[in-house]
Amino acid sequence: MSGLEDLYREIILDHYRNPRNQGELEVPPAVMAEGFNPLCGDEIKVHIQVDDGVIVDIKFDGQGCSISQSSASMMTTAITGKTLEEVEGIIYSFKQLMSIHEKSLEGGSETVGSSTTGLGDLQALQGVVKFPVRIKCATLGWNTLEQCFEELDEN
Amino acid sequence: MSFDVSDIKKDFPLLSCEEHNDSLIYLDSAATSQKPQKVIDVVSSYYEEINANVHRGAYHLAEKATTAMEDAREKISDFIKSERSEEIIFTKNATESINLVAKSWGAANLGEGDVVLLSSLEHHANIVPWHQLAESQGIEVRWIPLTESGLLDLTDLDRLLEGVKLVAVSGASNVLGTVPPVRTLADAAHAVGALCLVDASQYVPHRPTDVEELGCDFLAFTGHKMCGPTGIGVLWGRSDLLEQMPPFLGGGEMILDVTQEGFTANTIPWKFEAGTPPISEIVGLGAAVDYLESVGMNNVLEHERTLTTYALNTLKDRFGDELIIHGPHDVSVRGGVLSMAYQDIHPHDVSQVLDDHGVCVRAGHHCAKPLMKLLGVGSTVRASLYLYNDESDVDALADALEATGKFFSR
Ligand SMILES: Cc1ncc(COP(=O)(O)O)c(C=O)c1O
Repeated sequence: MSGLEDLYREIILDHYRNPRNQGELEVPPAVMAEGFNPLCGDEIKVHIQVDDGVIVDIKFDGQGCSISQSSASMMTTAITGKTLEEVEGIIYSFKQLMSIHEKSLEGGSETVGSSTTGLGDLQALQGVVKFPVRIKCATLGWNTLEQCFEELDEN
Repeated sequence: MSFDVSDIKKDFPLLSCEEHNDSLIYLDSAATSQKPQKVIDVVSSYYEEINANVHRGAYHLAEKATTAMEDAREKISDFIKSERSEEIIFTKNATESINLVAKSWGAANLGEGDVVLLSSLEHHANIVPWHQLAESQGIEVRWIPLTESGLLDLTDLDRLLEGVKLVAVSGASNVLGTVPPVRTLADAAHAVGALCLVDASQYVPHRPTDVEELGCDFLAFTGHKMCGPTGIGVLWGRSDLLEQMPPFLGGGEMILDVTQEGFTANTIPWKFEAGTPPISEIVGLGAAVDYLESVGMNNVLEHERTLTTYALNTLKDRFGDELIIHGPHDVSVRGGVLSMAYQDIHPHDVSQVLDDHGVCVRAGHHCAKPLMKLLGVGSTVRASLYLYNDESDVDALADALEATGKFFSR
């Protein structure tokens, strides 16, 4: 597979063309955070609603490239219905996936550590690490989600 | 000298080096230009043969270094038709040049309610220093609007000029390519007692520059976009203004005398050049000017006009309405910067696939977020042309764009 096809997997383009959970939620009860990628001008808004420590609803909205938008879309499907603790685990695994050095990828996908299994479709984003400038695109929605958590803590 | 682009290309080692297998299509000269072998050689021979600190030693080598630096100042002064080389101040880049004006002239001369008039085309380098003055001294930043086609809309200029103390405009836009009528703006500024600063970062590298003809008071540009090294920029200013302005940074070189009680500032240009200057970069910029002179700036302009026309036509013929090129399409009022939107593919994704085809373009807001907002886009794909580009580069861009369309419609 060429690097390019590795980056733009079918599932990524699917989430880009048909984003899941796009939109906004009412604040309150939801909390909202905004993220920017100053390099490319991408912007994203993430709304989450948490009841009894469980993410019962999440929506995202914004403008950005296929990587930032699909990553946010996949993130929403991965964390809906999960407890905050479980979500922290998913965020951790995703960031691990994004920090795997190019070298370890050259041997193929089996070198991906066990800590990143369980990410489901999100595994498709592993091709991004070969393109370091795009890592910021892939993590934009996630960093914004973390900002939502900070909002929660403050409330 | 006649202009043959295939000869020019050979002057730039990076464009023909083996590592890139002759397949590098460099279309990002608005970000930074490639460097001719001559500039690279002059910089390394400076370190091999001349290196010493300037203005400090009585020994022969130090004198040689000082002469090399001051010779470069003369060359750069001649290059922009400045009458006095003391009007050439070396800075780190265009950003620092503009900051120097804002922090020295602006801080000393502008106050509450004074207006700095900018064009809506400006790069952040010619916006943020004025926003900072708005915060620190309460000046007002006002904007000249754009027409539909990306030219400056000067219909209300008289009203816009009320209360204006400085008109600060780019000589050529790094996003739309637009070349505003600087002379008209400078004359209009002077008529209301204001000064005119030109951000010539995208102007000086691409066309003959004559500060008298432009009629401005300050001209800022940056070495790395004109075949020179990074880390060296220029502020040209009218000597009567520079002499009255307070120093910008304080330290060595910029003083005539220092006591426990205070200091006396040096004369211009050194008054504004605190500390050890970037000597090799200055010498390198002198070599870049020699190189551009040897090619001839009229030839550079002519070549870029022809190539921009070819690019506009080729892209229109091959992509029709699928490709939007922002800004004016009349090559008499624009340079070779092409900001594009292709289908509905995000610029970042376009540039990624172009890179896969060896085509280097820039995707993003190009440090001009207020302009992006006016255009109603978050980012664009920008291809920019320079003297070493030719029709084959434009064709490669078009081929790669076509491949991009196919890739994302699979
Ligand atoms: C129009 C314009 N002004 C200013 C700059 C800033 O140049 P530098 O980063 O070298 O200071 C640039 C380049 O990025 C530019 O295109």
